Amino acid sequence: MTQYILEIAYLIASITFIIGLKMMSNPKKARQGNLIAAAGMTIAIIGTIFLYSKEGLTSRDNIKMILIFAGIATGTIIGWLTAKKVQMTKMPELVSMFNGMGGACAALIGLMEFHHSVGQTSTMITVLAGMIIGSVSFSGSIIAYLKLNGAMAKPIRLPKYNIINTIVMFALFAFAAYVVVSGTDSSTMLYLLFAAALFYGILFVIPIGGADMPVVISLLNSFTGLAAAFGGFLYDNKVMLTGGILVGSAGTLLTIVMCKAMNRSLFSVIFGSFGGTTAAADGAEVAGSIKDISTTDVAVLMNYSKRVVIVPGYGLAVAQAQHIIHELELLLEERGVEVKYAIHPVAGRMPGHMNVLLAESNVDYGKMVEMDEINSEFEQTDVVLVVGANDVVNPAAKTDPSSPIYGMPILDVEKAKHIIVNKRSMSAGYAGIENLLFYDPKTSMFFGDAKKALTALVAELKTM
Amino acid sequence: MEQILSFISTHREMIYFIILAVFVGVEVIGHVPSVLHTPLMSGANAIHGVVVVGAIIVMLDTDASNYVSLTLGTVAVILGTLNVVGGFVVTDRMLDMFKKK
Repeated sequence: MTQYILEIAYLIASITFIIGLKMMSNPKKARQGNLIAAAGMTIAIIGTIFLYSKEGLTSRDNIKMILIFAGIATGTIIGWLTAKKVQMTKMPELVSMFNGMGGACAALIGLMEFHHSVGQTSTMITVLAGMIIGSVSFSGSIIAYLKLNGAMAKPIRLPKYNIINTIVMFALFAFAAYVVVSGTDSSTMLYLLFAAALFYGILFVIPIGGADMPVVISLLNSFTGLAAAFGGFLYDNKVMLTGGILVGSAGTLLTIVMCKAMNRSLFSVIFGSFGGTTAAADGAEVAGSIKDISTTDVAVLMNYSKRVVIVPGYGLAVAQAQHIIHELELLLEERGVEVKYAIHPVAGRMPGHMNVLLAESNVDYGKMVEMDEINSEFEQTDVVLVVGANDVVNPAAKTDPSSPIYGMPILDVEKAKHIIVNKRSMSAGYAGIENLLFYDPKTSMFFGDAKKALTALVAELKTM
Repeated sequence: MEQILSFISTHREMIYFIILAVFVGVEVIGHVPSVLHTPLMSGANAIHGVVVVGAIIVMLDTDASNYVSLTLGTVAVILGTLNVVGGFVVTDRMLDMFKKK
């Protein structure tokens, strides 16, 4: 009887996951969708605690129940507080951290189930697959977290990196296959395999640079989904299967979307980094000179424009300038200037990073325009203000076949009448290449920290 | 070979289920506007926290005197819950910023 009720609880939970995710594609219903999925999750968890049973094995001793509830309480308190307190600019870090926790959970389940599965080949494959993928996702997410956090800012590339990485990956597979085939029940072997998987996760993410993070985060997200799905297969548990596979396939799709936005294959993001090709690009001819512009001139230019497009990039997040940019937008609109934001799909460090930042400062999402749509409007734009973005506006992606970013779809800002680029210094972007846009006769450089520069600009505008 | 075939045969419902779920996953998020990519990812992130159900199952099935398993299980429950609660709460916080207008 209880078993049937639990099955129904799982069915309900699975449906809420699907409906919840579906509703997230609509800005108006998204919040409700999230809550529905959360309710389903609660049903699945509570149902499992009280109704799950496997003959002969399951018992609800006090100590177990106490530990389960203590674990849930601890996780809830830490998760809740972290989620409530974190700054919106730290969102990519937080998502990868939570993702890593899920991966670690899957890995631990694998560690515990190992000894129950010795001798059963298919069960063992499931257990080890869940453990390995969970471990890779965990250590990979931690490295991603450290990179996003700035603790490990530069991509680290060992010589012959690709070869080492490939060898380690195959060695990991071979090791896992050996453990399955040999039917060993040695804990030493298990923990060695666990360590090897963790090591591979580190190796996997360590050479990948900051601008490729949107791809990595969404890929690791789908890894954890896959690990959860293996758990579902192991326990013949439908809710784990649905949840895991939904996230796995959704995450893979999002990863592909991100790769397309950079015109790079997933393979080249993981294996080939920009490092190898930059040398060739250094020789590219840079004609023309840089001209800078004063705050007053920027203010005058914007004040007398009809259409202004703001292009935000990662620099906006770093400088925490999302609020002041919204103030600028409101001020300009008051004066009859039409203001829009041009959002490149890979601007920032996670998919949709810029949208979240701007939403935090109350920018209407209708004003955030996607690349394909805004590109046709640049010709009628009087002023483009580029804030902390670089490679996504580099015309070299269209004109210079030797450039490492050649072929990447970019925002065609160079078609606008005036381009103002706010940047801290002349240093090159992530790809380490010169931005031809800065040398364009229509471009003026507005140097300074985004927040300070924009604050000064707003103050100047108010006096006009 | 026979082993593989019999594996497929015994798990055929499961395999159907998995294939259909993959399509549902792709279909469901196929049309998400890029404005919502971050909340979507973070919401999906919370959903894969369903792995905590597995951690609870391990705990329930384990021998109450096996302290290694109990410890690992408790850690797994903590981490899984963190993933679920943190994921849903932060997604809610983000979507709250999108709700107006």
